[in-house]
Amino acid sequence: MKLRILYFASLHEALGCDAETIDPPANITTLGALRQWLAGRGGPWQMLAERDDLRMARNQKVARADSRLDDGDEVAFFPPVTGG
Amino acid sequence: MPRANGEAGELALHIQVQEAALEVAAELAHLQRFGQSGAQATFTGFVRDFGDAREVCAITLEHYPGMTEAALHDIVQEAARRWPLHAVRILHRVGYVALGEAIVFVGVASAHRRAAFAACEFIMDMLKTRAPFWKKEHCTDGSAQWVAARHGDSEAARRWQVP
Repeated sequence: MKLRILYFASLHEALGCDAETIDPPANITTLGALRQWLAGRGGPWQMLAERDDLRMARNQKVARADSRLDDGDEVAFFPPVTGG
Repeated sequence: MPRANGEAGELALHIQVQEAALEVAAELAHLQRFGQSGAQATFTGFVRDFGDAREVCAITLEHYPGMTEAALHDIVQEAARRWPLHAVRILHRVGYVALGEAIVFVGVASAHRRAAFAACEFIMDMLKTRAPFWKKEHCTDGSAQWVAARHGDSEAARRWQVP
C-alpha cells in the first residue's frame, strides 16, 4: 500500500520533512496506527504520538484515528490551524 | 457551485488563495455588482504588531493547497444553507505578509442586513478553525515563531453549532 504523507507548519520544521511516499507494513490499516508507526521512528518523530493537539487529514478531509487507509491515499499531519 | 436558499437563487462565489497583495477596493467594487442585493458585509484582517510575540514586523503563512480551497468551499456551502446569499468573495494571502498588510478579505452580499452580517462572521469563525492555514510571526529582533491556536477561536466557532 503506497501512501503520500504530508507534514505542515511547526511539524514539518521539527521533522525536517514536508512530504514522503511510504509503503507501511500490512498491519498498518488505520490513520491512528500509521501515526503510531511513524512515531516509532524515534527522535523528533515521537512528537506524532506525544502531541495530542495534532490534526490528521485523509485525502484532504479532516479524519479520525479509526479512518481506514487505502492504497494511494494522501495523509496529512498538522498542528491546529491559525489562518485569518 | 453552492446554491443559496430562499429568494437568493444562484450564489456567485469567488475563493482565492494568493501570494499577491489583496486589492480590497477592487473586491468592494466586485461586490458592488450585487448592489441590488440590498446588503453587503465585509471583513478584512491585517497583520498587527502584537500577536503571540511583541514587535511583530511580518508573518509568513503556510497552507495545504487543495484542502484549503475545499475547506473554504464547504464553509460557504454551509453559510448558503443558513442564509439567503447572493455573492461571497473570500481572498486569503499565503507566503510573506508585511506589517499592516491585509491577510484575509471576506465579502458577503445578501438581500438582508442580518443575513449579510451573520454569514460574514460565520465564514470568518469557520475559516479560523477549519481552513488549513498556519501563521508564523517574524519579530524586529530577527526571531520567528509559529502562532498557537486560540481557545477563543474554537469557542467562537462552536457557538454556531445547531443544537
